[in-house]
This record gives sequence, structure tokens and C-alpha cells, in this order.
Amino acid sequence: MSIRIEQLTKEYGAQRAVDGVSFEIPKGQVLGFLGPNGAGKSTTMKMISGFVEPSAGQIEVCGINTGENPMAAKAKIGYLPESNPLYFDMFVKEYLHFVARIYGLKSIKTRVKEMVELTGLTREQHKKIGQLSKGYKQRVGLAQAMIHDPEVLILDEPTSGLDPNQLEDIRSLIVDLGKEKTVILSTHIMQEVEAMCERVIILNKGKIVADNKTGSLKSSPKKRDVVWFKVKDKQAKDFNLEHIRVTTGEGAFLIAEASNRSDLAEEIYRYCVERGYVLQHLAQEQSSLEDVFKNLTK
Amino acid sequence: MGTIFLKELNQFFSSLVGYIAIGIFLVMSALFTFVFPATSVLDAGFASLDSFFSNAPLFFLFLVPAITMRMFAEEYNTGTIELLITKPVSLKAIIGGKYLAALSIVCLSVLPTTVYYFSVYKLASPVGNVDTGGIIGSYFGLLLLGASFVALGTLSSAVTNNQIIAFLLGVLLCFGLYMGLDFLAQLPFFVGRLDYFIEHLGINAHYVSMSRGVIDTRDLLYFFSLIFISLAFTQLLTSKQK
Repeated sequence: MSIRIEQLTKEYGAQRAVDGVSFEIPKGQVLGFLGPNGAGKSTTMKMISGFVEPSAGQIEVCGINTGENPMAAKAKIGYLPESNPLYFDMFVKEYLHFVARIYGLKSIKTRVKEMVELTGLTREQHKKIGQLSKGYKQRVGLAQAMIHDPEVLILDEPTSGLDPNQLEDIRSLIVDLGKEKTVILSTHIMQEVEAMCERVIILNKGKIVADNKTGSLKSSPKKRDVVWFKVKDKQAKDFNLEHIRVTTGEGAFLIAEASNRSDLAEEIYRYCVERGYVLQHLAQEQSSLEDVFKNLTK
Repeated sequence: MGTIFLKELNQFFSSLVGYIAIGIFLVMSALFTFVFPATSVLDAGFASLDSFFSNAPLFFLFLVPAITMRMFAEEYNTGTIELLITKPVSLKAIIGGKYLAALSIVCLSVLPTTVYYFSVYKLASPVGNVDTGGIIGSYFGLLLLGASFVALGTLSSAVTNNQIIAFLLGVLLCFGLYMGLDFLAQLPFFVGRLDYFIEHLGINAHYVSMSRGVIDTRDLLYFFSLIFISLAFTQLLTSKQK
């Protein structure tokens, strides 16, 4: 196990920001943290990275207990904080050199050069960090998190504030990294989780409300299937199916709803063909992670 | 610790703070030691650097907190403290590196003033008729006073994320320990009772004692304890952010 967390709790006064959270992450998994604002995502990440001390509970990173041996644990982790703080008056290369020296790396020069190339900072490498655009600052943040080739990467909203092109670049970078490293990332963007993560943990009010593989979360038992269709000269009342509710939607569309009927579209098609109805349109509404998220965190 | 020290020193000189602080100190001390008649060595007719050593702490009173104010306050304000804490460096190394960097600015500003000593040495009649032992003692005292001010400034920088507040608090702490306790000792209530004790809680009594050219272990112990206590409190404050 790369990360093992047991009954992790953080209290701020009377408020419990993180409340008895436990999970394990095997080596090489990309885990997405989802949750509304204030759900405890950042606090959990800050505790793993060693910035915030837990009120209770245990954290193990690569078998090292962070409470007992914080220095050794910190050396295994690459961390990109939420607000991506950087020394704006330092030059990009100067800053990366500084971080490399802190980690006690050998051959610092070649490593900094590698990171500059990997994160696409080659053109900006001689600028001061304060002069860079937000996307490039984010890359500097990622570069400093990965410079010591850590086994665990903790990325708190790594793609916030990026333009679509940069978004694509950073995402593919993270997916590439995830092949050999354990990655925890938090985000508000659902598509991002679907694109990058193998597993999702949804937090709400400091507690885990869902912990699943990205695919299986979408087909949870509460799932509701919806099909939009259009039939020539027919109304909702012409459809009389068992366990399927048909209503009239916008623009003369008909909506068929049922719980747990993955073959709903086929059923509607068969129904129409049997009766000689002219089917003009048939589309299955994807039950998105977004719906799952809304249901779980309401 | 070395890495943090170099980073801080770099930041002092890339942000000009280092140059400006050293420059102001040298200009002011030169003006007061050789130009302004009220305190000038040339007008006093006495080959000593007493006026320099009595004015230098006053310049430090403002310059040292100006050097130290951003050390932790800025890290808190911009959130970069999170980067430092999550790296495999101990809090002691962070505080030590920052402290030594600011201290070296103080040392660098004092170093060129050795020229004053040689000027006075040459001007004395006969040449070389100066109290060299007293001046060496005074330099030790000045460096220890500077080191104490830096420690107090570091502490006040760790209290807040606002640099102005850190500066003002630093000036207040340095002033309070350097002169404030002397004033307090003069209150009629304390005279004849606790005045000696209160005076020796302050920096000035020990500074004056060192300027006599005698390096007393009690004075050394005082300065080192003051520095140690300030930095220990700094560590307490910075670890408490969790």
C-alpha cells in the first residue's frame, strides 16, 4: 500500500473538518477526491503532506508513519498546495534549484533541466516566477512537486485556472505520471475525474460518502435511466409500458424514465417497431458522475 | 539549514533590502561619527569611537526589524510556508537558516566600519593611542546586540502575516529591551529596590559592560539566552500554526 489512512480526524474548535476518514491506496493508483467546498478534501491532503497535524488517526506513506517519522515521509511525497504558493521574486530555475537542494538531490542541474522540459517551461525558464501566467505558474508548482521523483503525488486542484489547451497538457502529464506513481488529486470538475482517475472518493462534511472505481460509481443501484425520443404523430399517452413512465418534454420530445433499466432504449425501440410507430429520434441520457455527486452530497 | 540560509540571503540581495539596509547603516553611522558636530569624533578631540558605539544600536533599532519583518510574515501571507513545511526540512533548520541570513546582513553592515577604527588610530596623537581593547569589546557587544535584535525581529515576524505589524512589533521589542527597561528602572517605585535587577534584564547594561573591553561570561550568557529564548518562542509560534 502506498498510502494507508486510519480514522483520520481534524477538529477546528467544535467543527470537525475531517471526521474519521479511512482508506488505502495501492501503488500506482490515481485517486480523485471529490466533494463540495468545505468537505475536507484540502484538509485531508494537508494532513497527508504534513502541513496540518491531525487531531486523531494514523497516516502511513509507503509504510512510514507520518507522525513518527515526518522527515522520511515528506521525502516520499510531492505536494502541490491548493493556492500554488510560489516565491514570486525568484527565477524559475533558481526556485527549482532551491527545491532540488532541499531534497538533497545529486546532479541537480540535469534534474532541473529534465523537469523544465517535462513541464513545458523551456521558453519561460529564465523569467521570474511572478512574471509568469497562471498556467505556467501551475507548471512550476507541478515541477517542484515532482522534482525528487516522489512515490506519492498529492495535487490539490492541479488544473484550476488553466485554459483548455493547458488543461489538456497537464491532464495528460498527470495520467502519464499515474502509470508509475500513486497520485491523489482533488478537483471540482467531474469530467476530469472521469478522464484521469481510476478511483473516486467523494467526501461530504468530512466523511466519505462514496469510494468506488470511477466506472462502477456511475452504475450505482440508485441509478435512474432516462431516454429521450420522438415519434411521429404520437403523444406520451400512447405509450403504455410496464415500470416505465413516459412524459412529455421540451420541443415535442418524449421522456421515458425507469430505474435500473439499462435496456430502456431498446425497449422503446421494440415497442415502436411492434406498433409501426415512426421513431424519429432516440437518445439515452448518460447518467453522469455529476448526478451521482449531487445525489450523494445533497 | 544551508539551503534555507542561501535562499534567504539571495532574497535579501535580489530585493535590494540587503543593500539598502547596509547602505543606510553605513551612511548614517559615518555622518554621526565624523560629520555632525554634536557627535563627531573630530570635534570631540578625543580619539575614541564612543559616539559610534552609542549611536549604532539606535540605527539597528529600526534597520534590524526592517530586515527581519518579512522573514515569516511574508511566507504566511503568500502561503509559501506550506511549501517549506511540507519539504523534508525541520522547523529548526528553517528558523536557523533565516536567522543566520539576517544576522549576516548585520555583520556585513558592521564589517566596513572597521575603517573608522583605522581612521581614529591614525588621527590619534601619538598615532595608535586608542583603547583597542575597549573597541574590540564594543564590537563584540555591538554584534551580540545586533544578534539579539535579529532574534527579536524574527520572533515578531512569526507572530503575524502582516509585515508592517511585524516591523512595529520588532521595533517595540528591541526598544523595550534595549532602553525601555532602563527607563522603567528609573521609576521612583523601583529605585533602591529592583532597579539594578531590572536594568540588567535590559540589553543596554550588558552592552555598556562589554564596551569596557571586558568580555564577561555573564554578559555572554545574557545575550545567548535572549537569542535562544526568542528563537525558541519563534519555533513555538511557527509550529502552532498547525
